[in-house]
Amino acid sequence: MIDEIHVSVSSDADIVTARQKGRALAAQLGFSITDLVMIATSISELARNIVLYAKRGEIILGVATDHRGKRGIVVVARDDGPGIRDVKRAMESGYSTSGSLGLGLPGARRLMDDFRIVSEVGKGTIVTARKWNQ
Amino acid sequence: MQVPILKQGPYLIVTMQSALADADFLQLRDSVMERVGKFRSRGVIMDVTALDVMDSFACRSLRDIAQMIKLRGAETVMVGIQPEVAFTMVQLGLTLDGVVTALDLEEGLAYLDRGNKKSR
Amino acid sequence: MNDPTNPSRPLRPASETPSALLGELVAQFKQSGSQICQEWARRVSQAQLLAAASQDEILAFVTSIYHDYVEALETGAHEALKAYAHKPSHHAVPWKVEIHEVVGIVLLLRDVLLRSLLAKYQGDLSKLTRILDAYEPAANSIASSVALGFVQERERIIREQQEAIRELSTPVLRVRERLLILPMIGVIDPQRARQFTEQLLRGIRSTRAKVVVIDITGVAAMDSNVANHLVQTVEASRLLGAATIVTGLSPEIAQTLVTIGVDLGKMHTVGDLQGGIEEAERLLGYKVIPMPEEDR
Repeated sequence: MIDEIHVSVSSDADIVTARQKGRALAAQLGFSITDLVMIATSISELARNIVLYAKRGEIILGVATDHRGKRGIVVVARDDGPGIRDVKRAMESGYSTSGSLGLGLPGARRLMDDFRIVSEVGKGTIVTARKWNQ
Repeated sequence: MQVPILKQGPYLIVTMQSALADADFLQLRDSVMERVGKFRSRGVIMDVTALDVMDSFACRSLRDIAQMIKLRGAETVMVGIQPEVAFTMVQLGLTLDGVVTALDLEEGLAYLDRGNKKSR
Repeated sequence: MNDPTNPSRPLRPASETPSALLGELVAQFKQSGSQICQEWARRVSQAQLLAAASQDEILAFVTSIYHDYVEALETGAHEALKAYAHKPSHHAVPWKVEIHEVVGIVLLLRDVLLRSLLAKYQGDLSKLTRILDAYEPAANSIASSVALGFVQERERIIREQQEAIRELSTPVLRVRERLLILPMIGVIDPQRARQFTEQLLRGIRSTRAKVVVIDITGVAAMDSNVANHLVQTVEASRLLGAATIVTGLSPEIAQTLVTIGVDLGKMHTVGDLQGGIEEAERLLGYKVIPMPEEDR
C-alpha cells in the first residue's frame, strides 16, 4: 500500500527533492527508465513554476489506478499563487529554448499522459498530471 | 553543492552531479568563469553523465555558461547526455542548439584536441 | 414479496439473508459433492467436451475443479478458478484442455448445481426463489471471472507477441566501427516510433557510433507525426555526439517534409542508402579503395 507523498515547495532545493521522490515512486511502480526521466522532468518543471510564480506550494505524488486495473503515477502541483489568467494561451505557448521564461506547462503536458489545470486569478492553481505504466 | 572542476592541460573538466539545484548552476557559472580566466583554458568539457534530468532551467544555464566561455575565447563540449535524457529533451524541444556535444569524456577531449591542432 | 433486482434487501429473518442462504447451499454442495460430480462428468461427455479423455479421467478432472468452485461460491474469491485461465492443464492431466472447454465445463456445473437446487426445494417455491436469488449472482460472477481470466490471458499473449514483432522489425545494423544503419520500415505508430528512437540512442551509446544512417525507403506513409519523430531522432542523436544521414528520400517525400515544415537544410539527406553509407564512411575518415586486379 503506497501512501501519498507530500513535498512542500518553496525553494530550488525543493524542486530537486520533489523530482527525486517522484522518480523513486515511479521506479517502485515499475516504469521504464525513459518514463522515469519524463516523470522527473515534468515534476521539475511544475515545481519550478510554483517557486517562480507562486513562491510556495506543494507537490503531491500518488498512485493512480483505472477501472481496468492499470497503474500509474499521479502528480499534483498546487499553490495559492496569483493564478493563470489565460490557461489556454499558457498551454499553447510553444516551448522555446530561446530563453524566454515561459511556463513549463506545455513541456510537462507533453511528457505526461493526462494533464489538467484548474486556475483562478488571485486564488491559485492546481495542476493534475498522470502517467500510465504501459 | 560544489561541482568538481578539474584542470587537464589546456582544458577544464566540469563534472556535474545529479542533485544540482538552480542556485548551484549559478554558482557553477561563476566558478567556471573564474577558472577559465585563471588558467587561460582553451576548452571546457561539461560532463552531465550524472544528471538525472536536463530540464528547461538546466539547459538554459548550461547554454549560458557555454556562451560565456566562448566570449573568453574557449570552446565548450557537453558530454554524457544519457539516451533517456536526450529522448526527453527533444520531446520538450530542448535541442541545445549551438552547443557542441559528444558522447563521453574521451570523445570530448578528442574533439578539443582536433580543434587545438587546427588552430596551430 | 421478493425483489429480484435487490436480493440484498432484508425481507426475512437473519437466518435467511442471502449470505446465510449461500452458506446453506455451499454446505449442501459439499455434502452431495460426489453425486454432483458424477452428473457433471456425464454432461461433459454428452456435450463432447474433453473428447480426448476417458470417463474416469473426466470424473477425476471435474472433481478436482469442484472443490475450487464450491470454495469460490463460499468466499467470493475467484483467484483459484481464474488460475485455470493461465494453465488450463495445471491439474496435471495428460491431455490438453482447450480454453473454451473450461468455460463450457464451468457453465455445465452451474446447470447441474441449479438442477440439484430445484430438486431439493421444489416443495417450497418461495424458499426456492430466495435460494436462487442467492445462488444466481454468485454462480454467474464465477462464470464471468473464468471467462475474463481467459480474455486477459489472451491479451497478455498478444501483447507479448506484438512486442516480439516490434523488436524484429527495428533492426540496428552495425556495419563499421562507429557507424550504425537503421532501416525504418512499415507503419510507424507512436509506440514503434518511440522504441525505434530509444533503441537507436542506446545503440549509439553502446557502440560509440559517430554516424547514423536512417533509411526511410520502407516507410509506409510519411505524415507530420513520422516526420516530427524523425527530426527528434536526429536531434537526440546529435546530443549523443552522433551525426545522422537520412537516406531514401524520394522527391515526393522531400516535398511532403517541406510542406509539413521540416527544415531539410538542418537534416543531412542523401538520395539512396548506398550513397548515404559512402557519405558516412567519408565522414568517418574511411576511403574505399578497390583491390588490385591480381589480388581478387
